[in-house]
Formats: sequence, C-alpha cells, structure tokens
Amino acid sequence: MSAGHSHDHGHAHDDHAHGHHELGFIRKWIFSTDHKVIGMQYTVTALVFLFFGFTLMMIMRWQLANPGHVIPFVGSMLSKQLYAGYMNLATEGVLLPEGYNALGAMHGTIMVFLGIVPLAVGGFGNFVMPLQIGAPDMAFPKLNMMSYWVFLPGGLIMLASFFMPGGAAQSGWTSYAPLSVINPGQTAWLVGMIFLITSSLLGSINFIVTIIHMRAPGLTMFRLPFFVWAQFVTAFLLLLAFPPLEAAGVMQLMDRLAGTSFFMPSGLWVSGKAAEWVGGGSPLLWQHLFWFLAHPEVYVLILPAMGIVAEVIANNTRKPLWGYRSMVYAAAFLGFMSFIVWAHHMFMTGMSTKISTFFQTTTMIISIPSVIILTALVISLWGGSIRFNTPMLFAIAFLPMFAIGGLTGLPLGLTSSDIHLHDTYYVIGHFHYVVAPGTIFGMFAGIYYWYPKATGRMMNETLGKLHFWPTFICMNCIFFPMLIQGMMGLSRRTYDPNIYQAGLASLKLHKMISWSAWIMAIAQLPFIFNFFVSMFAGKKVTENPWDSTTLEWAAPSPPPHGNFLTEPKAHRDPYVYSPPGRKDDFLPQHVVLEV
Amino acid sequence: MSRAADMTPELAPPTHALDRGKVGVICFLCTEAAFFSTLIVAYIKYIGQSTEGPTPATSLGLPLAIANSFFLLTSSATMAAAEHGLKRGSIAAFHRWLTVTILLGIAFLITTGAEWKHLIVNDGLTIGRNLFGTTYFTLLGFHAAHVTLGLTAMLILFATARRIQPSVRAAGLANLLAWYWHFVDGVWVVIFAVVYVLGR
Repeated sequence: MSAGHSHDHGHAHDDHAHGHHELGFIRKWIFSTDHKVIGMQYTVTALVFLFFGFTLMMIMRWQLANPGHVIPFVGSMLSKQLYAGYMNLATEGVLLPEGYNALGAMHGTIMVFLGIVPLAVGGFGNFVMPLQIGAPDMAFPKLNMMSYWVFLPGGLIMLASFFMPGGAAQSGWTSYAPLSVINPGQTAWLVGMIFLITSSLLGSINFIVTIIHMRAPGLTMFRLPFFVWAQFVTAFLLLLAFPPLEAAGVMQLMDRLAGTSFFMPSGLWVSGKAAEWVGGGSPLLWQHLFWFLAHPEVYVLILPAMGIVAEVIANNTRKPLWGYRSMVYAAAFLGFMSFIVWAHHMFMTGMSTKISTFFQTTTMIISIPSVIILTALVISLWGGSIRFNTPMLFAIAFLPMFAIGGLTGLPLGLTSSDIHLHDTYYVIGHFHYVVAPGTIFGMFAGIYYWYPKATGRMMNETLGKLHFWPTFICMNCIFFPMLIQGMMGLSRRTYDPNIYQAGLASLKLHKMISWSAWIMAIAQLPFIFNFFVSMFAGKKVTENPWDSTTLEWAAPSPPPHGNFLTEPKAHRDPYVYSPPGRKDDFLPQHVVLEV
Repeated sequence: MSRAADMTPELAPPTHALDRGKVGVICFLCTEAAFFSTLIVAYIKYIGQSTEGPTPATSLGLPLAIANSFFLLTSSATMAAAEHGLKRGSIAAFHRWLTVTILLGIAFLITTGAEWKHLIVNDGLTIGRNLFGTTYFTLLGFHAAHVTLGLTAMLILFATARRIQPSVRAAGLANLLAWYWHFVDGVWVVIFAVVYVLGR
C-alpha cells in the first residue's frame, strides 16, 4: 500500500490534474484505482448478488407455500445429479430438506455479506463519500482496488460452493457449531468469509483515513453531510467487529481441517457414531464470537441507509436536516453501544439471569439513538415543500418500515417475551423489516438519487414509481404476516411447515407471503430495465439536477478522473436549503457568496 | 445553522498531526489487536479445560519463554535505533541496527521452533490433541506468522531503503514498520503473561 505518501490534499489534487493520460480498457474499467469505477463495480456486483440471493428465496417460498410439490421452471434443473458425490438441491423436482437448508444459509449469507454490505459501503461509500468530502480520490487508491479484487473471489467461492462436493453451507448464515463443523459444505463458506472480511477491513481502513485526511478546505467534521458521518461510524464498526469473526472463522476452519476442538463439545455423536473430535470445546464460544461481529453488522447494514435517506430527505424537503448534530452524536453512540448488546441473540442459551439482564438493559438503551435519528428525519419532513420523486418515495417509505423493524425488536430484546418469540417467524419478520424495506429502500433511494451523478443521465420517473409502489405494498404483505406467524408459534428454519399444528394453521399466510414475493420479483423488472436503458436513453443532466447543496454536485456528471475541475472549498453547512432573502431555494457548500 | 452558516470559514487546507500512512497503520493495528484479543480470549477460556493429554504445567518451561522475551524486547530497541539512524540520514546505521533486529527475530523463531519440536516429539502435543494444544499452537502460530511477516518486510526495506526517494519517505516507511514491530512485541508480552504465567 502507498503508506508512505505524505503529500497532503492539495498536492494529491495537482497530481491528478496533471495525470489525464488515457488509460486502456483494462486499467480504466477492470483493474481501476478510481474510487468511482470501484464504487460502480461494487454496486453492479452487489446488485447481481442481491438478485441472486432473492432468487434463492423464491425457491424456498415455493416449498413453504406448496410443501412437497414439484418446483415449477427450475425443479428439474435442481434435480440433476451433475457428478457422483454432487449434492443436488432437489429430487424429481421436489426440494430436499438439505437443499432447503443450503438455500436458507446461502440466502442469508449472500444478502448480508455479498449484497448489502458491498452495496452500502463498497458501492455508495466508495462512489459518493470522496465526492461529498471534495476529494480527488480515496487516500489509498490501490488498496481500494485490492479491496474489490479480494471481495469478488470471496463471492465467487460462495457461489461455486453450490457445485462443490458436499454442496453449499447448510447451517444458516450464523453457522452455529457443532452442526456447521460437521456439515459437508462449510469449508467453502469459511474460506469465502475470510476473503470477504479481509476485503471489508481493507475498505474500512481506507474510509477512515480518507475521511480524516482528504476533506476539502473548510469542510470541518460538523460540515460533513450526514451520509459521510454514517460511513465513518460504519467503517469503525467494520474495523473492530470483523477481526473477531475472522479469528473465529479460522478457528472453525481448523476444527474442520486440523481436527481441533475449539467449538466441539465432549461426547458428541454424529450419525450414530462417536465423533472423532477430542472435545472439551464450547459451541457457545462460536455464538459469542459470531454475534460480537453480527450485531455491529446490523448497524453496518442500517447506518449507510440512514445516511442516504438523510441526504434525500434534506434535498427533497428543501429544508436543512432537523437536529443534524443530534443525529451525528446519536450515530456515534449507536456505533459504540452496538459492541455491547450482542448476547441478546443468545438469551435462550442458558446464560445467567445477571448477564441476560445486562444485555437486556444495553439493548433497550441502544434503541434510544436509533429513535433520535428516526425522529429527526420525521421532524425534517415537517413544513417542507416536499418533492415526491422516486428517491424521495423510497426515503419516506424507509421511515415507517424501519420504525416497524425497530419497534418489533423490543419484545425480542426483553428476556421474558423473547422466550416465546425466539427462533420463530417473528424474528424473521422483525429483522427483515429492518433490512429489506428498511435498508434496501435506502439503497434504492440512493441509486435513483445518485444515478445522474454516476452516468450523467436521469432514471425514468414513471418506471421508478412503477417500481416503488408494488415493491412497497408487496414488502409489507411479505413481512407483516411473518410477525403473526411467529406469534402463532411457527418455528423458523422449518422445511415443511405442515408438520406442526402452528404451521398448518399458518399455511394460508405462507401462500399469501409467497405470492407477494413472486409479484415483488416481477415488480423489480421496471427497475432493472430502467437501470440499464437509462444509461443510454435517460434525460441528460448537468452537474446538479436535484438542486442540491453538498459537494458531490459541484463535480461534473459523470465526474472525470480526479473528480473536480477546480478544487472545491466548503463555505458553509451541508444543508442550506431555502435560506431567507435569496432567489434560489438552495445554497451549495462550494458557492462563494458575493458580498 | 442559518446565520452561522455564512460566517467566513477557515479555508486553509486542514493540517494533520499524523500523515495518511500513520493513520492507516493505526487502523490496521486496531484490527490486529481485535484479532489477537479474540485468540487470547479463546486461550483464557480454555485454560484447564483439556479433557486429556499434556497440560501447560507439565509441558511449558519458562527458560525458553524468557529467552524469547529477551530476543523480542531487545529487537524493539534495536528497531528503534535503526529507525533513528534512517531519520538522521545514515543508511549505514540503519543497516547495522536492522541486521541486529532481523537476527534477534530469527533467534526468536528458532527458539519457538525448538519449543514446538519438544512439545510435538517429546510430549506428543499436537494441535488436535487437546484444547491446550489447540489454543497454544493457534495463538503462538499466528504470532510467529506475524513475526515472520515483519522480518520479511524488514528484509525488503533493508534492500530498498537506499533507493527510496525522497529519503524522508524511507524514514516514514521505517517508522511504520517499527510501529508494527512494537505491536508484535506487545502481543508477545501479553502472550507471555497469559500462556507462561497465568495459564501454567
């Protein structure tokens, strides 16, 4: 890495201004060190993974709505035995239990680690953050390129695991030991995770240094757009939460390959035989290490989305964000607290009541900063002359969706009510409300909002609305019934809901959820069409199509290598909308006021 | 936000106490600290939990560990001397002290190898034998790998320091490498306390 570069911001900018020699296709678009290209690589890759992970769930939804029936379209393909020892997901067109488990584990893994984190941090963070701080690029461009090229093999290993002997991982995205250690497909999952974690660590180091070092003159920390703050806190979460999972992943890998017993208890029987591990290890240690990552990970998923929503809301209400400083402090406090709530995922493991009381208390406390941010965003709407364009629709919809996701978390954080709800569909409904209509709506808002910056063309508004409304309705028809199913007692990770009384009773809801999911899949077609066709046919824009105030809109659309034509300076706070006594209803950060 | 927003801002380029490389290496060392903390927590959790086989009390001896501590702690001092030499512009002093540092690092690896050989051959303690073997070889193994990585970086800097221009940049790199090396030594101090004192 170019650790020794001690030139400051100004020099770096000069370097880039002089360095406009033409790059070949491979250096420009494949092995690029330009943060914008890397951001787009991340965005497109992550979107492909998101849709793939979504497709896996479509197959699982078929099994849940029509247990034991032949899967249409893909059933015969999934039943093919490609080679001896290959684990096919279905036989005679019907999904197998182990196939269901593999799809479930990979759906979670792909959505979280290959979809949303790369999209929110690798995609939006890489593309938008340097522009918003007025920097010509990231602090370490080569490290940035490396981060993507470590991420991609990790993702490909995950995908390839479906075709490896033993198949894909089947132990859930949480990979609880000892099941995960015994299961055949886990090795590829662990190797893939180690790649993904390494990629995230490289990225987070780069983000922190860039935000500290590369801000434009005048852009003090409290003049940063909220999105940059969200990325800053997120980078710290990744930096400190991912290494323990990397260590834990190495330990689990050694349990599988070197015969160690980190997570393997004594006296374990597998398929009627005494297990070959020496034993003495603790499966709970894995849970602790996993959730020590995975709870901060929840905030890695939500904070960038909150950042995007804040940008879009400020822009489309034509008002400064209400309570900007409180939001920044809340985000920082949220980041800190997220490290001491992890065991609320483990109330049912038999931990002592003293410990569970501690984690119950911290969990109630961490809801406070989330509520502060959400409240500030809601109050920001008050009295604004709101423009209901597509990014704004997604941003506004984020607010109640995240509110439902957050509020349904409280009963899970209280030990007494968690006894009933733990490991039911209620949990699935809860965290999907946070991540699916929550985070993913934030991501969609961001795509529609910054698309003109990235491509120089607008996305189509009609298609955007055609994407938003069915998606919004279907999302709620998918996840709200799950809260009800969970309260009826339906256990999650169930291959065939019919084997339980509660499952039989909720089969109708399962059918409704599945139909909504398939309709939602169709509702993504306008988005995909819009995304690709607008690159060529969208309305051309100048640098600031949304009449926005932050620095990324001072650069041309799309920004050239080195981003800004003249070095931007920040003269004021990020969201000076509707300032009194001016003709325009916005005053960008970089504009010099004539006295 | 309204009135304060238009006050004349400070438009000078921001100055920083630490350059980019330093901030980056601090972040990197934070991830390393979190990584080793996890391994150390696992080690502490499993002290005395082995179901069979050799225990630290029967297998680990202090003399080798004390020798290893001597090698690493001294190497931190010689690394500081090498770094100081380069900062003064004396490539000769840099090469001299870096050689001593590298030799001390190699001595550490040899001693560690001797200890491992004794454990594996005499005591039959392999990584899969019991929890002591598992956690011991994992923790010490990752630490030794970091020592090896540090030595490799030193060899590269040894060979290239003369050619790196400007010389301030070479001194900067030596400084970052020294931080890493001191960190690895710090981890050893914790390992010594946990493995050879607390856990024995």
